[in-house]
Amino acid sequence: MQIIQPHYHAIARTAQDYERMAMSGVVAVCEPAFWAGFDRKYPETFIDYFRQIGEFEPTRAADYGIRHFFWVAVNPKEAENPELSREVLKKFPDFFEMPNCLGVGETGLHKSTANEAMIFEEQVSLAVEHDQLILIHTPHLEDKTHGTRRILEILEGLPVDRNRVWIDHAEEHTIRPILDAGYWSGFTLYPITKCSPKRAVDMLELYGRERILVNSSADWGPSDPFTLQECVCEYRRRGNSLQDAMEIFYNNPVRFLGQNPKFDLPLLKVEEMREEAEAPAEQPAEEPADRA
Amino acid sequence: MLTPSKVLDLYFLEARCMLIEVAATLDRFDRAVDSDTNGDGGDDRIEKLYESLQVLSSKSETPDRSEQLLKLFSGPA
Repeated sequence: MQIIQPHYHAIARTAQDYERMAMSGVVAVCEPAFWAGFDRKYPETFIDYFRQIGEFEPTRAADYGIRHFFWVAVNPKEAENPELSREVLKKFPDFFEMPNCLGVGETGLHKSTANEAMIFEEQVSLAVEHDQLILIHTPHLEDKTHGTRRILEILEGLPVDRNRVWIDHAEEHTIRPILDAGYWSGFTLYPITKCSPKRAVDMLELYGRERILVNSSADWGPSDPFTLQECVCEYRRRGNSLQDAMEIFYNNPVRFLGQNPKFDLPLLKVEEMREEAEAPAEQPAEEPADRA
Repeated sequence: MLTPSKVLDLYFLEARCMLIEVAATLDRFDRAVDSDTNGDGGDDRIEKLYESLQVLSSKSETPDRSEQLLKLFSGPA
């Protein structure tokens, strides 16, 4: 089965992850910009980080036959410094020009402070101005309920096309308002702190698969990129077809991300893949007698 | 021996995660019962789970909840 990892922080992972992902069917990864574990002091540090995920990571992924795409953003924690954030935002349009940049993400909120909200709004506005996709981080743990509500309130006042906005890290208590408002919703699978593969499949059973993305968001903390494959297995174990699994774990990312023409992977149907696999191989042309 | 605060620092999130998983499992069971047309209501294992939750929610004189649960889930000695 072919899988797309729509949210993956490759910069924090080893090449062995790429190798294992390739062996387990992953054909593309998308890398949003995120917090490095410490607050950066200089705009140039962000710019080099964007260059690393935009220029270098695709070469690592390509070694294993995986397509790599990226996003640019100032993450919510560092958005607490508006002066620094605005200097970085000025450089976004340069990255929007790159052939593998999908848009602005992951922006969003962390503690839902006034500065975070202001820079979040500015980043969304910049994305809209440049016709970019938007990926939004919702806060962790005890801050998620309030932060998700604030994000929806802020977006309400902005001229966004909701079908081009993906609000990530949803769980049972936040998914409904996101979907009801017409946005895409993401489940992020973590060993401890966010959603588990089993709970993600529960939510798929409850809400259906429309406008839902599932990702494992591997990063530098306790995380496991293969929770995505675990989720595929759990989904299939409950009797769902291979095509249904493909719709969620491959075709839905194509549907959302493909709204940016740079993400040019095709929608797949299992039946067509089978026909292609079963088609007789073309016979090689007969060799001329004098070379026999 | 860890301090009480250190125990929470180290294990709160893990326990939170496991409790949410138990909650999701019970929800899954209830939905399965609701949608089952053959009258399959499960069996007494579900009651064992509810009994175990009562053990977890009680303030114990001695910290032996895991032992109590293992006895609850054990067959006859």
